[in-house]
Amino acid sequence: MISLSHITKTFGSGDSAVHALDDVSLNVADGQIFGVVGQSGAGKSTLIRTVNMLERPDSGLVTVAGQELSGAGEAELRAARQRIGMIFQHFNLLSSRTVLGNVELALEVIGVDSRQRKARASEILDLVGLTSKSSAYPSQLSGGQKQRVGIARALAGKPRLLLSDEATSALDPETTRSILELVKTISTELGLTVLLITHEMDVVKTICDSAALLENGRIVEQGPLVQLISTPGSRLALDLFPLGAVPPPAGNTIIDITFSGGSADRPVIAQLSRTHGIDVVILGAAIETISGNQAGRTRLQLPGSVENNTAALEDLRSQGLLVELVGGGKS
Amino acid sequence: MIDPSSPTFWTELWQVLLSGTGQTLYMVGVALLVTVIIGLPLGVLLVGTEKGGLFERLFGSRLVAWVVNRVLDFVVNLGRSIPFIILMIAIIPFTRLVVGTSIGSTAAIVPLALVAIPFFARMVEISLKEVDGGLTEAAHSLGATRWQIVRKVLIPEALPGMVLGLSTTVTSIINFSAMVGTLAGGGLGDVAVRYGYQRYSTIHMVAVIVIIYLIVQGLAVVATSLSRRLSHAPR
Ligand SMILES: Nc1ncnc2c1ncn2[C@@H]1O[C@H](COP(=O)(O)OP(=O)(O)O)[C@@H](O)[C@H]1O
Ligand SMILES: [Mg+2]
Repeated sequence: MISLSHITKTFGSGDSAVHALDDVSLNVADGQIFGVVGQSGAGKSTLIRTVNMLERPDSGLVTVAGQELSGAGEAELRAARQRIGMIFQHFNLLSSRTVLGNVELALEVIGVDSRQRKARASEILDLVGLTSKSSAYPSQLSGGQKQRVGIARALAGKPRLLLSDEATSALDPETTRSILELVKTISTELGLTVLLITHEMDVVKTICDSAALLENGRIVEQGPLVQLISTPGSRLALDLFPLGAVPPPAGNTIIDITFSGGSADRPVIAQLSRTHGIDVVILGAAIETISGNQAGRTRLQLPGSVENNTAALEDLRSQGLLVELVGGGKS
Repeated sequence: MIDPSSPTFWTELWQVLLSGTGQTLYMVGVALLVTVIIGLPLGVLLVGTEKGGLFERLFGSRLVAWVVNRVLDFVVNLGRSIPFIILMIAIIPFTRLVVGTSIGSTAAIVPLALVAIPFFARMVEISLKEVDGGLTEAAHSLGATRWQIVRKVLIPEALPGMVLGLSTTVTSIINFSAMVGTLAGGGLGDVAVRYGYQRYSTIHMVAVIVIIYLIVQGLAVVATSLSRRLSHAPR
């Protein structure tokens, strides 16, 4: 659905130049929910804005649904944007229009006639659960309701792709959850592809299939979540399953085990103590459901040095588990 | 000298005030209409041709946009700095060209509009600049044309501010319309000079002041409440 290839974007020049995007390549498959995470200033907004050409990249190719937008003319670009929905952190609703009027704006732009416009706008408001507010003005709505209007407006023209720039960052955790749920449901229902930008790992955990980590305008990691989880040293995986600081080993061995897919429901720890006769201490665990699969990370403490536990570690690895030594090292 | 005890005094006063008010409303009304028709697009152009504006590439060229912006800015500043009485006299040939005469209420409309246009254009500019850039961006993301953005986003969103600006503009047009009256433009200013000043009728003078006060205050009240209703702000 989206293919970004070697995108660069620099703001300013000389000493004050900011390389907002530095050779970024990214692919988002049809029907996927793809999350881009990164700290503030990493270039996330610039990245998502290049997808619908609100920001023109200095170089690189932007292709959406098979159409190259980086070389498109103005009229062509407008037509393409009508097929790409976008929602924003601060909702960007017109205060001069009612909820219905805001949704209708999207249809007016496309040139839908007045009667069909009302019908279609009401239909989509129903989908986001805001029928009762259709004649209210944005100032009378809560943040979550405003974002629902934003979603309705973005989807009114039946796009195949939804771009979301920190759409939940101005919302409280509970509202965030309900908005994410809505995005997830709608995307499944309508077969929508979603590219979302966030600085919150929780958002990625909740709805994304794939993710990329952006740092100083560069993509440091990207891939399907299930795959990232089982990648040794993955920073995204660490952020997804934070286990905190490693305690002093004090002569023991401390390991992190990553479970994913089938390995999650095996009685690994019980088996470890039974087969090798060691007392395993669980220091921490983080389990989540990702793309419908249980996945997670457990931090274990095994008595004695690494050498004493070689057999046990071998055994774990041979079961296909990802084992990382985080404390104890060589004795 | 006018004699207030004459039996026809009050009917004459009433007629003089009625026709004076009528002329003032006519001058101000038409001047205002012309001001909005020309000042609004000017304000839009002033903002649009700025760097990063909607029309920063006017007719496909940054240079054209820049030149238009600088020229408009200069003209607006010039219009705002010339004292009205000088402007009024200086443009008499132009006034004759446009309306065919240089005296009377119709002729007065030309300098009134000319002084009000730059004033209102600035008001429009200020109101447009207060519209959140995110709204323009949202409209772009929907695939809107520039014209659609101006019509459906910028102007409606700036309307509450523009209404207030318009009310300030009307007040200054009324103010200047009284000055035009002294140069045979008619209207309430003319009444004040001919009866109140030249013929020492305090009653005429007071009546004119009261009427103008009522018009200005009435407009201000209407504009404030209209602006508040348009802004749909939470109560
Ligand atoms: N229009 C702009 N002009 C100048 N610098 C910009 C502009 N937009 C973004 N930047 C800079 O580019 C960097 C990335 O910005 P942004 O994409 O907004 O980051 P994020 O959304 O991840 O917080 C920042 O350093 C920011 O200051
Ligand atoms: Mg951002």
